[in-house]
Amino acid sequence: MNWLRSFLDKIKPNFEKGGKLYFLHSTFEAFEVFFFVPNKVTEKGSHIRDYVDLKRLMTHVLIALVPIVLFGMFNVGLQHYRLQLGIEIDAWGQVVKEAGFWRIFWYGFLRVLPIIIVSYVCGLAVEFASAQIRHHQVNEGFLVTGMLIALIVPPTIPLWMLAVATIFAVIFGKEVFGGTGMNFLNPALLTRAFLFFAYPASMTGDAVWIVNKGLDVISGPTPLALAAQNQFAQAPSLLTMTLGFIPGSIGETSKILIVLAAFYLIFTGVVNLRIIISTLIGATAMGLIFNLWGANEYMQIPFYYHFFFGGFLFGTVFMATDPVTSAQTPIGKILYGLLIGILCMLIRVVNPAYPEGAMLAILLMNVFAPLIDHVVIQQNINRRKKRALLSQTIKS
Amino acid sequence: MNEIYKIKKGLDIPIDGEAPRMEIGFMLKEKIAILPPDFRLFTPRLLVKEQENVIVGQPIIQNKLDENIIVTSPISGTIKEINRGEKRAIKQIVIEPDLNQKYKEFDIPNSLDRDNIIDVLLVSGLWVYIRQRPYGIIANPIDIPKAIFISAFDTSPLAPDVDFLLWGEDENFQKGIDVLKKLTSGPIHLNINPSKNRSDFFFKIKNVEHHFFEGPHPAGNVSVHISRISPLNKGDIYWYLYPQDVMFIGRLFNTGRLDLHRKIALTGSELTERGYITILPGTAINSLIADRLKQDNVRVISGNVLTGTNAGIDGYLSYYDNQITVIPEGDYYDFFGWVAPKFNKYSPSRMIFNWLVRKKDQKYVLDTNMHGEERPFVLSEQYDKYFPFDIYPVYLLKAILSQNIELMEDLGIYEVVEEDFALPEYVCVSKINLQEIMRKGIDLMIKETT
Repeated sequence: MNWLRSFLDKIKPNFEKGGKLYFLHSTFEAFEVFFFVPNKVTEKGSHIRDYVDLKRLMTHVLIALVPIVLFGMFNVGLQHYRLQLGIEIDAWGQVVKEAGFWRIFWYGFLRVLPIIIVSYVCGLAVEFASAQIRHHQVNEGFLVTGMLIALIVPPTIPLWMLAVATIFAVIFGKEVFGGTGMNFLNPALLTRAFLFFAYPASMTGDAVWIVNKGLDVISGPTPLALAAQNQFAQAPSLLTMTLGFIPGSIGETSKILIVLAAFYLIFTGVVNLRIIISTLIGATAMGLIFNLWGANEYMQIPFYYHFFFGGFLFGTVFMATDPVTSAQTPIGKILYGLLIGILCMLIRVVNPAYPEGAMLAILLMNVFAPLIDHVVIQQNINRRKKRALLSQTIKS
Repeated sequence: MNEIYKIKKGLDIPIDGEAPRMEIGFMLKEKIAILPPDFRLFTPRLLVKEQENVIVGQPIIQNKLDENIIVTSPISGTIKEINRGEKRAIKQIVIEPDLNQKYKEFDIPNSLDRDNIIDVLLVSGLWVYIRQRPYGIIANPIDIPKAIFISAFDTSPLAPDVDFLLWGEDENFQKGIDVLKKLTSGPIHLNINPSKNRSDFFFKIKNVEHHFFEGPHPAGNVSVHISRISPLNKGDIYWYLYPQDVMFIGRLFNTGRLDLHRKIALTGSELTERGYITILPGTAINSLIADRLKQDNVRVISGNVLTGTNAGIDGYLSYYDNQITVIPEGDYYDFFGWVAPKFNKYSPSRMIFNWLVRKKDQKYVLDTNMHGEERPFVLSEQYDKYFPFDIYPVYLLKAILSQNIELMEDLGIYEVVEEDFALPEYVCVSKINLQEIMRKGIDLMIKETT
């Protein structure tokens, strides 16, 4: 790759201070460090540094998302042809037979790709511009956020809405606080929340799937919406939901792939196991309480069904674990996770207006995470003060 | 036998270039330099002129902040040059040795009490080896420490074998302990790692409390020992010394002469010959490694790879160090280095795929490349695995960055020093210079509280 290196070295002076393209220096640097890890050596402190940097960390999240994206594309096509052909939700095998695997995938690919592109282009444009304004380097934070945004919106979302929401979320969720590492709300979830409250008609979560078949408009309700409307009997089988052949946001449907991704991320040390486990425990506990209570039909749905509905698992693995917006202390993380699980179930089951609780639960806990940490840190401080006091009294 | 403290958090970096337990030379007639920046909180005043003749034990510099504290010449010879840096700060005082070494004879009083011991230590220049916690700075002679800590083992990467460094110095070390015992109101804690201190050298030492530690680096750090044996509270003062420093004190009180000869380890992957060598502090590094280098593009470190100083091939050994490490410079571009799987490169994390193929006890050549660029704090629990204290490192660092003195104190800044942040700094994905932040925090604390 010497030709690329020498080309970059040749054009580099133009972007340095005094060069005619100086105003693009952040952009140049972003591309340069994309191709090459810089030749910078340690100057202060430890003389050796680990090979892992933030880019690699983000790359692992993207690797974990690849199967989910591909499946999401396939499922978008599948749901389209299923509704068009009028086939039962559990009979997805028949849809594949009748419509053909590649035709299904190609349809979904064409629907999902523009969403991914719009999410990345809008978000990265804001990132590059703000890096340029602040004379910072472009951060890799949005590499993951951009993909996550595409995966948590319905495939039917109008692209202009997505663009508006993404720009809003990146500017007001992240850049105004100082960029990656400084934000307190997860920017991907903020995008979804913006869409949810600004354009509820496109986002309600109960009829995310609309297919025009001749003159008729057919909508395919998500299992979560069926449950909320006390039509749980019509919900697809557990197997179908586990595999993910159900309507829903692009990335949230295949539970099995999300679990595999979770194992990969936990094993490589990218996400925090504690948050995931405690979120699941929180949801289980609340679910069991509802099951025992059983005041209405929704409460009687066995608690484990909730893991297969909607975006709970996806949110737990990819959103709740966001290292910047989650609680920072080990004990804080456990509390934070438990509360996300409990709140998610509460919002789903008790609140009739919002079928999906994961997004709001995580965002709410993002807001409270600093408070949880404050309490934990304060205990550490008190412990230290008590120890000092004790040694004082022993002395005197 | 006392309880064994097992340190679980930490990491032994499998870096290549350990020194075998073997002496490869004894140097005496090399030029040396006294480097005032080695001493924390030390504003030097020169007590000698260029071309002046000095003898072993003669004062060279004095601390303007505390005039009792001086640094004396470890060698007899001629002051060859005095090099200054920015704002005419003294950087190096280079001394060319004479053929015949002349020693200043120090009066050792017959009855040793606290006051006359301190006088001897101050006059001989050995006082700079006695350091204190909090902060890791030179101790104040008027303080009476609650205890003295001595770590008999070094867990840092490629660290020398302390038993070997002190081999044959039993009497001097015991004498040093006996002298130091009179300086503290409490015990001397001698902390041993049974799997590193293989000989019975430290086990035989009397007049101390033995404690036992096991575990990966930083199990040998004094902060770790203090945190387990007797946690440091606000207002407490502990002193600590390296084992070789105790030996110097013992030699002085046994012979009346200052003798700073010590073994050091020549380590690192870029040396053709590694081993131990007996020299004086401040020895010119060039004379030690020039004909032992594998290649020219190297980083020459006085100390270890985590906390040492970049001395350069023409530099001098720092006053406190007993190790020189030579590793390759990492000034290369790495094509798609942030995504390549890197099977043959070491990382403690599973984010590069070395763990798939790593053999047990395999060693790696590590270079000085940053492997990325500086970013804000992102991962929150990353440091915890390498930080065996009841302290939240990120919160402490952020308190330092926001210069919040009270919060720094509350979060435990007294209990740790720069070196405790070395491992977190090594693994940091955001490539933040944590030790520098910590040092600034300590400087700020000292400035604001005294």
